[in-house]
Amino acid sequence: MAARTRYAPDRGLTVRMTATMFLLGLVFVAFVALIIGIMTAAHASGASIILVAVVFGGGSAFISLFFSDKIALAAAGAQVVTPQQAPELHGIVDRLCALADMSKPRVAISPARMPNAFATGRNSEHSVLCVTEGLLYHSDLTQEELEGILAHELSHVAHKDVQVMTYASLLAIVAGLLVRFAFYSELFGGARRSDNGQAALLIPLIMLASVVVYAISFLLIRLLSRYRELAADRSGALLTQNPSALISALTKVSRGMNQIPTQDLRAAEPLNAFYFAPAMKLSGGRGRGVSLSTLFSTHPSLDKRIEQLSKIQRELGQPGAEPRGLR
Amino acid sequence: MGFLDTLFGRTKPVQPKLDDLFGLPSAAIQLEAAAGFKPTGSGSVSFRAPEGKPFADIQKEVLELLDMDNDEPGGGLPVEVTKDSYGYTWLVSNHMSDEMDALVTDLHAVNSALVDGGFGPQLLCTLVAFRDENNRRLSLVYLYKRGTFYPFAPLGGGNNRDNALELQVKGVLGDDLKFEQDLTRWFPVWGAPGL
Repeated sequence: MAARTRYAPDRGLTVRMTATMFLLGLVFVAFVALIIGIMTAAHASGASIILVAVVFGGGSAFISLFFSDKIALAAAGAQVVTPQQAPELHGIVDRLCALADMSKPRVAISPARMPNAFATGRNSEHSVLCVTEGLLYHSDLTQEELEGILAHELSHVAHKDVQVMTYASLLAIVAGLLVRFAFYSELFGGARRSDNGQAALLIPLIMLASVVVYAISFLLIRLLSRYRELAADRSGALLTQNPSALISALTKVSRGMNQIPTQDLRAAEPLNAFYFAPAMKLSGGRGRGVSLSTLFSTHPSLDKRIEQLSKIQRELGQPGAEPRGLR
Repeated sequence: MGFLDTLFGRTKPVQPKLDDLFGLPSAAIQLEAAAGFKPTGSGSVSFRAPEGKPFADIQKEVLELLDMDNDEPGGGLPVEVTKDSYGYTWLVSNHMSDEMDALVTDLHAVNSALVDGGFGPQLLCTLVAFRDENNRRLSLVYLYKRGTFYPFAPLGGGNNRDNALELQVKGVLGDDLKFEQDLTRWFPVWGAPGL
């Protein structure tokens, strides 16, 4: 018999995430089919370019997956700390890991003054959870709020978000490389190929297809990233059973983000996808509907995140403890 | 976590394993015979209290249940409730040092009440305290999610633990209790109530 549970899965989020991943797969298949089509039509003179792009793209994704923890730590200038150096922080992480039954990631502190946290690594054995000094010492977060943030980051580790996002980005990386390769080969090899009508047509075609694929998959990846953030918020709040603390932490950290000088923020931008709150805010449409900034951002808006957490708040307050899985 | 859970970014709440807790009384006898540590009679259950009224109601019920038998022999002292600095709630049950069975029954009553209410995933650990003749402190910690035990022996006032003693206890009790083999999960519980 399934154990009695108080947690209902968020079906809406699952459906939206499935749709996004399905679209990504669709773009991938269409792209491969298109490339194969072009190649057959033009008797494979562009094959080398595509092969190089796949090898380079795949290789760089593989490296970033396997060294994501080291790369991120180096980029953030963070140091791994022992339980003796940061007993409080380790204490919170210890308890959360025991509660969630996951192995404990390494814990690191980055000297940045911006209050933020990130977790990276391909699986929980090789992951590292990093918080900035700004979050620990310069923000007015309470212990419960800090715990909420750490639970959010641990959820990223549990969900294997680094792996999922790397695989999802693979297509975009290859397509992006293809655009560049095709551009250079057009630039330098254009004259040589001008006697072959089909081949001359081939390169621009691949380039055009790659640009379109890159643009579409970029948007889909950002969308997926926002859904993963919502999923981590949800799992984190359910782990601590304290969505209110996460809401106030989000509010405080986001407010802090806006007060920090722009230079620091821009320097932190490459790490954005792993951060708790985005370091850079894209300016742009404030009107109704989908604005550019929403389409491009790696994190959902503060309002969206708070709205979801408030829903969990209400669920926790309800007496209905009947297991939904058994009905 | 399954493949689909990873794909959709879901975490299933982990249900606690309660059965191995009943190995404690026989382990306590073994511990006294082999290492000279006696139970102090105090034990505690630590859990993460969720916000909201449903949980507060259940906690109240549990306390009433545990204190019902206080007047009878072997019923123990009233249960103490404390909240530690990490935000976890501890229910401490105090018995006589030779009432290990009654203590474990009390601890189990807390567990099953929480599990019945659907709050099983909130259980963190249970802790049973021991002392030897030199007044050295030792506790056996039961991790609910793993169903395993590990020893925790704080040294002095600072954040030091007696690793040698802990490993000795693991050697003594390794066959009687299901011990946590992954040493990275032997997390310290400094200042835990009832230690």
